[in-house]
Amino acid sequence: MVQPAMALDAAKPEPVIAAQHLDLTFQTNDGPVHALRDVNLTINKGEFVSFIGPSGCGKTTFLRCIAALEHPTGGTLTVNGMTPDEARMRRAYGYVFQAAGLYPWRTIEKNIKLPLEIMGFDRAEQERRVKNVLQLVDLEGFGKKFPWQLSGGMQQRASIARALAFDADILLMDEPFGALDEIVRDHLNEQLLKLWARTEKTIGFVTHSIPEAVYLSTKIVVMSPRPGRITDIIESDLPRARPLDIRDTPEFLAIAHRVREGLRAGHAYED
Amino acid sequence: MSVAAKHPALGGASGLAGLLGKVLPVVTVVMGIIVIWYGASVMMNRAWTLDQMQRQNIEMTGWEIVAATMTQERPVLPPPHQVAAEIWNTTIGEPIMRERRGQMQGNPRNLIFHAYHTLWPTILGFAIGGFLGVLLAVGIVHSRAMDLSVMPWAIASQTIPILAIAPIIVVVVSNLPALNNAVDQGWISDDTKLLVPKALISSYLSFFPVVVGMVAGLRSPQASDLDLMRTYSASRPQTFWKLRLPAAVPFLFTSLKVSIAAALVGTIVAELPTGARFGLGARLLTGSYYGQTIQIWSALFMAAICAAALVMILGALERVVLKRMGARA
Repeated sequence: MVQPAMALDAAKPEPVIAAQHLDLTFQTNDGPVHALRDVNLTINKGEFVSFIGPSGCGKTTFLRCIAALEHPTGGTLTVNGMTPDEARMRRAYGYVFQAAGLYPWRTIEKNIKLPLEIMGFDRAEQERRVKNVLQLVDLEGFGKKFPWQLSGGMQQRASIARALAFDADILLMDEPFGALDEIVRDHLNEQLLKLWARTEKTIGFVTHSIPEAVYLSTKIVVMSPRPGRITDIIESDLPRARPLDIRDTPEFLAIAHRVREGLRAGHAYED
Repeated sequence: MSVAAKHPALGGASGLAGLLGKVLPVVTVVMGIIVIWYGASVMMNRAWTLDQMQRQNIEMTGWEIVAATMTQERPVLPPPHQVAAEIWNTTIGEPIMRERRGQMQGNPRNLIFHAYHTLWPTILGFAIGGFLGVLLAVGIVHSRAMDLSVMPWAIASQTIPILAIAPIIVVVVSNLPALNNAVDQGWISDDTKLLVPKALISSYLSFFPVVVGMVAGLRSPQASDLDLMRTYSASRPQTFWKLRLPAAVPFLFTSLKVSIAAALVGTIVAELPTGARFGLGARLLTGSYYGQTIQIWSALFMAAICAAALVMILGALERVVLKRMGARA
């Protein structure tokens, strides 16, 4: 399972996120709903991990647990060796939502400054970081625009810039490109890989597109619903440098096939 | 890239046509109302003219009767031109100030003078009501106890007829020792003292729309907007200033416009039962004492003009603020 590109770090994988026997049950009027049951997963530093599965499989819920937006009802979960709440207080992660969620009354620049203002960075540092991340997501010159003046793909890039601005080591992305069309999506996937290579972040990425998951990830976590659980964890042996046409290679198709099998095994397609 | 750079260009040539397109419907409606109004004037004033005809035993043709309904001194429904003439005569035709006992004073024959006496308490009451409304809304949104306790009272307060409690408020406030003390000490004048109960009644009517609108506005951010704040471990004050408050601004302006009209009504109502000498309410009251329908109508129009002006000022402010907050042009 050791990949060539990871050979240097692979000597000692550093776990960043570790879940053991994680359970989360929501109490609803219709009785308990098992959103997550017995989830065991370790994500190492620098990995790109995709969560894939049909709606209701708990992939978003798991991401929200890491972000301390939901609280597990059983098992243990650590982020950087801390509880998720502590990790959040120490700015462990940046979170990108499905909708760009830029505040419409703030310019792109001011939107990116939002976390910086809250975390108390000084003015000069804010300016420096905004300039830096705008460049990172290829949005130089758009800082003074309001969100509605940008296309959907550009808005999502701005939202990624906002999550990167305070230099968290972990980037959690909840179907960030789900609402975008195929062409824009391909383009953003390519850019995201470049960004990942440059920043060396650990990325958790929720999707329900098999090609997207296989194209982006070093590890693919296949989940299934009722109760939400992990059915397969696939380590990808694709090289880290991935041109878009890698998706036509037999290696790529083999992994995609295994993901599809995993989804089927979890009875993901029943009803 | 051109998407962001593109701005809708307003053509100069289409400007005149655009203006005409805006003005024409308004003019059409106004013309319609005037025609109906004249018709109603003739119908309603005819009885008196016919009665006079009979008493004086004279014959009149149909057109003479119509003409006579246009010029009565105390018509049941004064026709538009009589009201217009009255408004002209009591604004432009009268000095605003006059000399009395060697002092320059406001001229009570002037309608602008009365409007002034109604507008100040209105603005003051609106300011108090608006401030109070925002404060209550912030409390309601942040405290479950306040949400459960304040809202029913706020709603109940609006079900009490303002006409019933206005005299009580006037009597109580006028007799407040602190207020009388202030007058005795010369800190405030008697006129200013009269302004206080009017402003309070006006704020009583104007706080409510602000509470309702502001609560809706402060609760308007979506779950994901709030989640974003949580991922930053933002404090409640930070979430309030950076998310809830800006999100509520469009709601605030909408309710402020309702609120300022209510404030004006509140002030006028406050002037009715108190024997106020000045103000549009006082003008309405004296008009009805002496059957001066023309005076009543002109005061009503002045009130409408004031309300329209206040709402327009707020509308202009709204446009400026929302534009700075990135609203689409």
